[in-house]
Amino acid sequence: MTLSRPVGYRSAPDGTHPPLDHPDYRSTAPRAPSQPPIVLPHRLTEVTGPLLAGERIGERDHDLTTQHDGEALGQRIVVFGRVCDSDGRAVPDTLVEIWQANAAGRYAHPGDNWSAPLDPNFTGGGRVVTDSAGNYSFTTIKPGAYPWSNHHNAWRPSHIHFSLFGRAFTQRLVTQMYFPDDPLFAQDPIFNSVPDPKARQRLISTFDLAATRPGWALAYRFDIVLRGREQTPFEEPHD
Amino acid sequence: MTETQLGPTPSQTVGPFLHIGLTWPDGADVVPEGTPGAIRIGGVLYDGNGDPVPDGLVETWQADPEGRFDHPDGEASRGAPLVPGFRGFGRCATGADGRWEVRTVKPGAVAEQAPHIDVSVFARGLLDRVVTRIYFPDEEVANARDPLLAEVPAARVPALIARPTGLGELRFDIRLRGEGETVFFQI
Ligand SMILES: [Fe+3]
Repeated sequence: MTLSRPVGYRSAPDGTHPPLDHPDYRSTAPRAPSQPPIVLPHRLTEVTGPLLAGERIGERDHDLTTQHDGEALGQRIVVFGRVCDSDGRAVPDTLVEIWQANAAGRYAHPGDNWSAPLDPNFTGGGRVVTDSAGNYSFTTIKPGAYPWSNHHNAWRPSHIHFSLFGRAFTQRLVTQMYFPDDPLFAQDPIFNSVPDPKARQRLISTFDLAATRPGWALAYRFDIVLRGREQTPFEEPHD
Repeated sequence: MTETQLGPTPSQTVGPFLHIGLTWPDGADVVPEGTPGAIRIGGVLYDGNGDPVPDGLVETWQADPEGRFDHPDGEASRGAPLVPGFRGFGRCATGADGRWEVRTVKPGAVAEQAPHIDVSVFARGLLDRVVTRIYFPDEEVANARDPLLAEVPAARVPALIARPTGLGELRFDIRLRGEGETVFFQI
C-alpha cells in the first residue's frame, strides 16, 4: 500500500538512549513496558509538533537567581549552549525548560524530604526559547548532589534536568546535564544507563572560561543534539 | 553528499520532581474552557504492580477537527483555525491517584489514518519517554482501515481505543507494564 508519508526523522544510533529496563535503577522494574514497542512510521502527526515560542516565557524565567525578593544562595553559573539536529542544523525558536535542586541539593518540591535546607529565594525552574541560531542561556546556581534510596549510599551527581520540544513530536527530548569530573558518576545508575560511553559523555557540560562573567558567574556549555531528518530518497547513500 | 552526523543527546528520566519544570497552569487545555464540542480525555497511569503512578506526566499532540496541523511541515493541511485557541498540545502531570486529563476537541482524520492523538508518557523510573496513541470508539470503520492499528496484534488493539464514560468524556488508562499493557510505539 502506498501511503502519503512525509520525510521522517532518523533514529539515534544503538546505545545512545538508555534501555527502559535497567535493573541498576530500581524504579525501572515496575515501570518499563514488558512488550517490545511496535514501529510507528512517521506521518504528519509525528513530523509536526507544538511550536512553543515566546508565549510560555515569563520575565525572570531565564535567571533562576533573581526570581524572588532576595538572591539565591550558591555558586552563580551561566548554563548555555546550542540546540541543533544531528545534521548540525540549528533548532531555532524552541522552548527549553529546566529544573534543578538548590545549592544544598534540595528540590523546592513537597515530595523532597531530604533534610538539606531549602532556599526561600530559589525555586529551581527556568524557561527560555532558542534564538535564530539555536542558542540558549540561563543564569542559575550550581545544584548540589543529593542522596536517594536506590542503593546503599546512593548519591545523584549534580545535574540540571532539561526538556526540549524541537520542531516535531519525534524530536521531543527530556534529559539531564551533568558537570565535568564529578566523582559520583561511577556509582550513578541513571548516568550509566546510557550504554555507549561516548554518548554518555555528551551529557556532561564543559567548563568555559571565556564565557564566564568576570566577578560574577562561572560558565558551563551544554550543546544539545536532537534527531535530524532522514535523507530524501535521492540523497540516500548506497551501502 | 555525505555529511558528518552528530550523535544525539541521550534521554534521561524526568525524575520525581518534574513538576518544578514541566507543569503549566493551563497545560491541560488543548482548547479553552467553554469551547463548543470540547471533550475531556483522561485516565489513570498504572505501573506493573497495578499501582497508580503519582509522579508521571502525560503529553498529547493532535490535529484539529479538520485533520490539520498549524506547523510548517503540515502545510498541505494548514488553514485558519476553526477552533479559537486550539493548541494541539496538552500536558498534565498525574495526581496522587495517578489520574491525568486534558480538555480537547476530537481531531479529524489525517490523510488515510483514523482520528488519533499522539501521547508521550514521562515518569520517574522511565529512562526515556514511552509513546502511545489514543483512538476513538465511534470510529469503527476508520479504525478498521487505519494503517498503524493494522500493525498491532488484534488482541491488543482495544487498549488503544478510548472508552466513553459520559457525555463528552472519554477514558484512556495507560498501563506501563503487565496485564493489559498499553501498546507503545517506537518512533
Ligand atoms: Fe534530579
